[in-house]
Amino acid sequence: MLRDITLGQYYPGDTLIHRLDPRTKLVLTMVYIVALFTAIVYAGYALVFLFLAVSILISRIRLKSILSGLKPLIVIVLITGILNLFYTKGEHLLVHFWRISIYWEGVETAVFMALRIMLLIAGTLLLTYTTSPLQLTDGLESLLNPLKKIHVPVHELAMMMSIALRFIPTLIEETDKIMSAQRARGADFETGGLIAKAKALLPLLIPLFVSAFRRADELATAMESRCYHGGEGRTRMKQLRMARRDWAALAVGVLLLALVILFRRLGI
Amino acid sequence: MSTIIKTEKLVFTYEGAETPTLKGLDLEIEEGSFVAILGHNGSGKSTLAKHLNGILLPTSGRVLVDGMDTAQEENLLAVRHTVGMVFQNPDNQIVANVVEDDVAFGPENLGIPPAEIRRRVDDALTSVQMYEFRNHAPHLLSGGQKQRVAIAGILAMKPRCIVLDEPTAMLDPVGRGEVLDTITRLNRQEGITVILVTHHMEECIGADRLVIMSGGSILMDGSPREIFPRVEEMEAASLGVPDTTRLLYALNRQGCSLPLEAITTEECAQALMRVFGHKE
Repeated sequence: MLRDITLGQYYPGDTLIHRLDPRTKLVLTMVYIVALFTAIVYAGYALVFLFLAVSILISRIRLKSILSGLKPLIVIVLITGILNLFYTKGEHLLVHFWRISIYWEGVETAVFMALRIMLLIAGTLLLTYTTSPLQLTDGLESLLNPLKKIHVPVHELAMMMSIALRFIPTLIEETDKIMSAQRARGADFETGGLIAKAKALLPLLIPLFVSAFRRADELATAMESRCYHGGEGRTRMKQLRMARRDWAALAVGVLLLALVILFRRLGI
Repeated sequence: MSTIIKTEKLVFTYEGAETPTLKGLDLEIEEGSFVAILGHNGSGKSTLAKHLNGILLPTSGRVLVDGMDTAQEENLLAVRHTVGMVFQNPDNQIVANVVEDDVAFGPENLGIPPAEIRRRVDDALTSVQMYEFRNHAPHLLSGGQKQRVAIAGILAMKPRCIVLDEPTAMLDPVGRGEVLDTITRLNRQEGITVILVTHHMEECIGADRLVIMSGGSILMDGSPREIFPRVEEMEAASLGVPDTTRLLYALNRQGCSLPLEAITTEECAQALMRVFGHKE
């Protein structure tokens, strides 16, 4: 049951997007977000949308996966849309009844706001769909490397993240085992109200935590035995390397941002 | 042959414990040998193993690895580079999400250039016969395979000695066989010193030397052929002997005179044939 959880939602593939250096994809995602928030109306949004649509096409990620990723956000999108619809004042009054008035500007803002949130999420989904969690960690570590100068423990944070990712399947397996063991002794995880359910989880969580701490202790010893002594003097077998396609992709990103800024100036 | 590990009057007391777990051990391990350390739970064998690469430091006495005192902090990396350690639970010593990345972890820590790491990782995985699994996720492998990956992770650091602390305790018989074959081959073919800590008699049969531990001291020290025939002493230490020896011993008590040194299955069969075979 718990085994079905897919993590980081990575869809392996061998497309141009998959092959891009994780740092390129991280930077592009940031450029994309900045462009998205710079765009104000039609032309800007159209361009950002075009950029995302082409990226999704190249990555061969199915539209269904993107849409299912957006599903949990429907409520937020709706609330944002409705609030903007009612609270934006403007010149062109469309409807007026009781104490509510809806202006054309309100409709515009509502649509753009809802679009912005959906595009934002779809863009970041594409990043995690096409980049394995480990690549993401490596990319982040490499991008944040300059922060080491101001004593941010970049290597340690990246190591923590990759170990956490490594242990997720192990701990899920263990949770399954403990649940079966508790069920065999008559534990009931399904019925009852919220409080009863939360209480039923206690005998599951305690052994899980105890075992997680024991594992952490053993892992630390094993890492020390393999000469781990922090990031200093450490080399990597797999080097991140920027290829020509990475520079080309970044150039496209810069172009996108430049055009969106231009459109904003022009007000289109 | 030179000595690679030497303990001098090694005493160790766990914090808060009243009696020491190790009571003044003197032990010398020769380079290139295959030493099995046998003892039941609480005999101090795992505590001893953890002293051999400086995970634990002696309360008194010294541990010397290739002449370096493990208690001196500046020696620690060199000590751990010389003596690699494989633990009981394979899940808790695998660091990475991909087999080859995990094997690369040790050499990466040593600051070895990327191309050389690649070569070592491939060699180490080939050596434990896991090369074809190099891109797999570790949690999808069997216990024996995981433990072989853990051994490859140590091998890639090119240690001169490998200490294995009950490496088969959590494995099924097939996995146990895989791991034992691997470590025996590493010792015989690549000349790596192997120290195998275990409580299974059968795993010690192939060792050059057998050290029996009991209550924090060394009870017996010699070749398996010298030690296993001492059935009464072994049983007094609640340790038992391999099934082969037990069979021959039982027959001898019924009046036969069979050689108890026949500890492998083949030797035992031959010894039995010499006595009973002609009757058929």
